[in-house]
Amino acid sequence: MAYTVQTRTRASGIAAIIGAGVLMALVCLPLFASRSLIQDMFLILTMLVLAQFWNLLAGYGGLVSIGQQAFVGMGAYTLFGVVILGGVDPVAAILFSGIGALIIAVPTAFFAFRLNGAYFAIGTWVIAEVVRLLVAQWKTLGGGTGTSLPREATREMWFVEGIETLFGVRSAAARDILAYWLALALAVATIGGIYWLLRTRRGLALAAVRDNIEAAKSVGVDAVRMKWVVFLTSAFGTGLTGGLIYMQKARISPDAAFSVTDWTAYVIFIVVIGGIGTIEGPIIGVLIFFLLQSLLADFGSWYLMTLGVLAITIMLVAPRGLWGLLSERTGLHLFPVRRRLVAPKTSET
Amino acid sequence: MIWVDTIVQGILLGGLYALFAAGLSLVFGIMRLVNLAHGDLIVMGAYLILVLVTLLGLSPFIAVLVAMPLMFALGWGLQKFLLNRTLGDDILPPLLVTFGLSIVLQNALLEGFSADSQRLPTDALTTASVQLGSISLGVMPLLTFASAILVIVGLNQLFYRTSLGRAFRATSDDAVTASLMGIKPANIFAVATGIALIIVTIAALYLGLRSNFDPNIGPARLIYAFEAVIIGGLGSLWGTLIGGIIIGVAQTVGAAINPEWQILAGHIAFLVVLLIRPRGLFPRAHD
Repeated sequence: MAYTVQTRTRASGIAAIIGAGVLMALVCLPLFASRSLIQDMFLILTMLVLAQFWNLLAGYGGLVSIGQQAFVGMGAYTLFGVVILGGVDPVAAILFSGIGALIIAVPTAFFAFRLNGAYFAIGTWVIAEVVRLLVAQWKTLGGGTGTSLPREATREMWFVEGIETLFGVRSAAARDILAYWLALALAVATIGGIYWLLRTRRGLALAAVRDNIEAAKSVGVDAVRMKWVVFLTSAFGTGLTGGLIYMQKARISPDAAFSVTDWTAYVIFIVVIGGIGTIEGPIIGVLIFFLLQSLLADFGSWYLMTLGVLAITIMLVAPRGLWGLLSERTGLHLFPVRRRLVAPKTSET
Repeated sequence: MIWVDTIVQGILLGGLYALFAAGLSLVFGIMRLVNLAHGDLIVMGAYLILVLVTLLGLSPFIAVLVAMPLMFALGWGLQKFLLNRTLGDDILPPLLVTFGLSIVLQNALLEGFSADSQRLPTDALTTASVQLGSISLGVMPLLTFASAILVIVGLNQLFYRTSLGRAFRATSDDAVTASLMGIKPANIFAVATGIALIIVTIAALYLGLRSNFDPNIGPARLIYAFEAVIIGGLGSLWGTLIGGIIIGVAQTVGAAINPEWQILAGHIAFLVVLLIRPRGLFPRAHD
């Protein structure tokens, strides 16, 4: 009888079944939910995707970036560029968003990888500022004041007519439903993709580099290549999300699309509060984030202050976040990546 | 001649950026901590001076003297009770805690003082200028530059001539061994951050006298400070001054070509230096 290596646990099996149920419910949500709930869910899902990609960078790759807004903004502007100048359908243009983000990610990585640790963080921020200032010079896309998607492009967007007749809603509501479904698909693909990545040899290499870079190198892990893989993957995903977010907004300006608060600060808080370095953490974090937002919506800057204080407290008291606390107490892992050795049944020996 | 004038103005502006950067450089040099709330602390300092000026009717130059011990105490407490707890091998806690602090400070200032831009009251001295050949130099930029040089000379004296400076250097080199010699690294760090906030207060004075400020401008000041430190090379205070000057000159030259390019030109100068000399112009520390 041989020992076997497995990552699956009983809890993860149950979680997968529940997850499938939740997913079905989410797919069917537009059948009975109001338009404002769909819009809220769109925000939750897109923030979740941004958080997962930042978590992949910082939590698994050890690369703390404060420049994620560069990829959100670049993705969004690429979408507007190919729709306005190239006449591409906005839904198809989302793919270009990812590519647009990749194009600036390569030089960004080239510069930022020269900086270590904390300096990497501010370096990515500087580059995001440079991209913002350059985009603000792009007069055909509205320069510093921004622009809107042309009406024809949003009205004749793929699938929108089908959704209109299917649900009997107006064009604007149909666009929200479409954006919501795309966000849901993106979120599922992101979580699935990251989980898959972490369970492959690459994922093992990534964890090794994060835990001890010298030891990882000594067993043949190419640490530099892992950094590139993680950085480019994260940029691509963040760019896609940026494109999707601004396809739904249909209006863009450099200050909004490259906002460090909206696309990096919120995302960092979500991940830190939920639990950095886990897939479950950002899911919990995004739910708390929106709960707080709806509670403190009328208090303006108090909301950000509360988030900030909460994140600082969690970082000091429970650096693994709320999910980390729960997971330590109960040993629960919904997305287990740890390889465990399972002994053969002793009765047969 | 206009170009000479532009470059001289840029050099003097560099003095302001060096003041922004000196505190950041000091804290990084001693405890390898990058304080992402540094820019917001500068803005907070400016508001503190403003409050002292309006409440007590003081001149800004007197108010800054009152603000210094307060800011020192704040820095000391911040380091002792919050930031010391984040230090360690893991770079995440200090980064995320200071980033959180930055957002909290910004929004607290926004709540307390609104988003309206403010300015410290100026008098005849601050708007005066001296004529040097065909170039007219503002007294204010000259004062800023002189203060930057004084701060750097002062810090170098502190580092190399006093027992506190010796303790700083020892802790920076090896905190564990230093603690065997009777130094308490936690206290040394607290004093260092306190001193950094005194420099922040000086920077805040000139920020407030020279231009408008509002609660949201902190991050941009952090970025200029960071660029100056990196260009100069980690651990070199004179390098930080040169870094500030390079950013300042790039900005004024960029602005002279096209006003929209001012900030961009500064960032691009930084990226060019990073491309050619990844460790800065005058590297010293091995970080």
